[in-house]
Amino acid sequence: MSANHPIELLRFNTCGSVDDGKSTLIGRLLYDSKSLMEDQIEALERSADITGGGQINLANLTDGLRAEREQGITIDVAYRYFATPRRKFIVADTPGHVQYTRNMVTGASTANLSIVLVDARLGVIEQSRRHTYIASLLRIPHLVIAINKMDLVDWSEERYLEIRAEFEKFLPLLDIKDVKFIPLSALNGDNVVEPSKHTPWYVGPTLLGHLETVHIASDWNLNGFRLPVQWVNRPNNPTNKELHDFRGLSGQIGSGIVKVGQKVMVLPSGMKSTVKEIWTYDGKLQEAFCPQSITIQLEHDLDISRGDMVVGLDVLPGMGTELHAKVCWMNQRPLQRGKKYFLKHATQSVQAVVTSIDSRININNYDVQPEPAELALNDIGEIRIKTAKPLIYDGYATNRLTGSFILIEQGTNATVAAGMLQPPLEAVKPEYNDFAI
Amino acid sequence: MSSYHLDHLQYLETEAIHIMREVAAEFERPALLFSGGKDSICLLRLAEKAFRPSDIPMPFLNVETGHEFPELLEFRDRRAKQLGAKLIVRTVDQAIANGTATPAPGEVSRNKLQIPVLLGAIEEFRFDCAIGGARRDEEKARAKERFFSFRDAFGQWDPKNQRPEIWNVYNGRLNQGENMRVFPLSNWTEMDVWEYIRQEKLEVPNIYFSHTRDVFRRGGQLLPVPPPHTDASKPDPFAGGRPKPNEPIQSMVCRVRTIADMISTGMIDSPAITVDDIIGEVAAARVTERGTRADDKASEAAMEDRKKAGYF
Repeated sequence: MSANHPIELLRFNTCGSVDDGKSTLIGRLLYDSKSLMEDQIEALERSADITGGGQINLANLTDGLRAEREQGITIDVAYRYFATPRRKFIVADTPGHVQYTRNMVTGASTANLSIVLVDARLGVIEQSRRHTYIASLLRIPHLVIAINKMDLVDWSEERYLEIRAEFEKFLPLLDIKDVKFIPLSALNGDNVVEPSKHTPWYVGPTLLGHLETVHIASDWNLNGFRLPVQWVNRPNNPTNKELHDFRGLSGQIGSGIVKVGQKVMVLPSGMKSTVKEIWTYDGKLQEAFCPQSITIQLEHDLDISRGDMVVGLDVLPGMGTELHAKVCWMNQRPLQRGKKYFLKHATQSVQAVVTSIDSRININNYDVQPEPAELALNDIGEIRIKTAKPLIYDGYATNRLTGSFILIEQGTNATVAAGMLQPPLEAVKPEYNDFAI
Repeated sequence: MSSYHLDHLQYLETEAIHIMREVAAEFERPALLFSGGKDSICLLRLAEKAFRPSDIPMPFLNVETGHEFPELLEFRDRRAKQLGAKLIVRTVDQAIANGTATPAPGEVSRNKLQIPVLLGAIEEFRFDCAIGGARRDEEKARAKERFFSFRDAFGQWDPKNQRPEIWNVYNGRLNQGENMRVFPLSNWTEMDVWEYIRQEKLEVPNIYFSHTRDVFRRGGQLLPVPPPHTDASKPDPFAGGRPKPNEPIQSMVCRVRTIADMISTGMIDSPAITVDDIIGEVAAARVTERGTRADDKASEAAMEDRKKAGYF
C-alpha cells in the first residue's frame, strides 16, 4: 500500500431488505480484498463454531451490537473501512427494516454511490423501489443495482435481464445519472472482487472493479461560491501585532471556488466586500474550493456572525422565510401542521413552523397523495415551512450542502426530519444592498 | 478540474475541522480529551487548524488510571504547554480516595474506573461536550456510533436510539445535565492516523518506537514490567500488574501499537524506529490494533457495555 501518490476516497452505502445479503456482501468485500485481520477472522470462526454450525457468517463482521447478534438483524448504520491500492472506501451498511428511511438517509446522505441489493429469486420488490427512490431523492451521483444470489437462479442471464428490464421501467421517473447493473453472489464471492466463471454472458466490471474506477472527481459542486460562516475567528490579545485586527470568517466551503480579490456578498445583510486573504494553518492561499475548511478575511470590517453566508456574485442564492421542501420523516411521532420545530440549515438554527403538508409520496409505486393529514415514520412528502429568520439557500438538486436541513423536535431535541429544499423562486438581486458600503 | 480535488487525508481533515468548529460554536463549555496517544495527537493538530490564529477555545482533559507509561505523561504535559492550553487532569486515585470510584474485588485493570472519574470531571467543570479521538474502525460497537454521540444525564450511550446524522448538519442540542461526546476522527483508520502524523510531522511519545524493555507474558500478551514500588507507606498501585514467579521477565526490542495503560497494553515485537517503519508495519499487519489490548478482550461486547455506562 503506497501512500506516495494521492489516493481518492469513495463513500458508499449498501441497502436492501432483510436477508438480501448486505452484511454478507460487505463481509465479502473486506474478506476478498484482504482487509480483514487474523483476530477478526478468528472471532468469526469462534462464533461460527458456537452459533453457526461451523459456517462462517460474514454478517457478524458488521453487526456490532449485542442485540444485533442475538436477533440476527442489523439495527443501526454501521461504518466499515477498507482500502485497495487504488482507493480508500468508507462503507455505510444501512439496515432495511423498521427505521429504514432514517437509516438509509443517514448512511446515504454523504455517499458518492449507493448499492441497492436485489435477491435474484425475488426480483424488484417494494423495498427495491423504495431504496432506489431514496437514492434518487438524495441525489446520490452513482447507483449500483447488485443482483445478488445469482447462484440460486442457476446464473441465468435471462433472469438477470428480466430484473434489469423491471428496473428500467421506473428508473426514467427518477433523477439518477449513472446506473450500473452487476450480477453476483455475495456468499460465494462471484463478481464481487474476482470475476465469476459462471457469468460468461456478463462483460462488465466486478463490484470492486467498479468501485475502484467510477468517476467521482466531479461529485463536488464547484459552481457558485458559498461559505456558511461557522465561527468568527478573533484572536484575543494577540502578542503578534499583525493579528491585532484579525477578523476571520471560518467555515467549510459549501460549493464553488473563492479567490483572493474576488467580490463577494454577505447575506442576509447584502453588503459587499472583497476577499482580502484566505488564511489556513498551513499558510495563506490564493484560492480555495469546496469542501475545504478555511478562514477568510474581507477588506471591510462588516458585522458578520455565525449563520451568515458569504457568497459569490456570479450565482446568487435565494433568501426567504417561506420554504418549500421534500422531507423524510424519521420519528414515531408524526409531522403535524402548525407544530413548531428547530430547523438547522448549514450553520444556522432557526425556529420553524410547518404551514402545510402538500403531499405524501408513496415510494412503493411513486403515486402522490395530495394534502395528507400528517407524515408518519418513514414517510416522504412535500411541505411548506415558515421560518422565524430568513434562510440563505439553494435548491438541493444543485447544492447538497446549502439545499439541505434537519428538523429538531423542541423538548426532546430529537432529529425528526431530513429536508431537501426546492430551488428558490428567485435569487437575491445583485443590487440588493448596494448603498451599504 | 483535477486541481480542485482533495485526496483522502485532506477530505478527512476538512471533515474533522468542520466538526471541531461546530463544537466551538454550538457548545458553551466544551473540553478536548487529550491522553498523549496518537489519535489525540491528531486531534490537537486539527484543533490548531480549526482555530488558529486564535487560542484553542477549550481546555484539555485527561483521566489518569495511575498506571500510565511515564513517557506518555511527560509528553502530554509538554505538548499541552507548547500549545498554550489549559490541561485538566483527574485521577482514578483521587476518585478511589474520595469514594466516587470503587475497585471491583480482584480486578487489576482500572479501565472501567475511568468512567466515574470522567463523569465526575464533566460534572465538576460543567462540560457540555467532550471531544475524543475514538475511531469507528477500532471496534464493532464504535462502528455504530455517531460523530455527535448523545449522552443522557448519567453519561450513557443508547445505541438503539441514536439521533440520525445527515449530511454535515449535526444536532448538538441538549437539555440540562445531558452532554455530547464528539468524535472528529470517526472516519479515520489506524493507517490514516499514521499517514497524518507523517504528513504533519507530528511528534509522538517515544514508546511508539522500538526500544528495549523488560516484559512478561500473560494471557497471550507481552505486558511491560511496571516501575518498582518505592513508597512503602502507600499500597502498590501496580499490585496484580506485576509478573508472578511463573511469569519470567525477558528483555525485548518492542514498542506499543496502541496505548491504554501499562496494565492493559501489550507490547509488540517490532524494529520500527521511524513513522515510515510504523506505516509499513500497519500496512502489513495481520491483527487489528485492539488485538493488543486486554481491556477489549474481556468479551465480545466489552466496549459496548463500557460505552453504555459512560465510557469515551
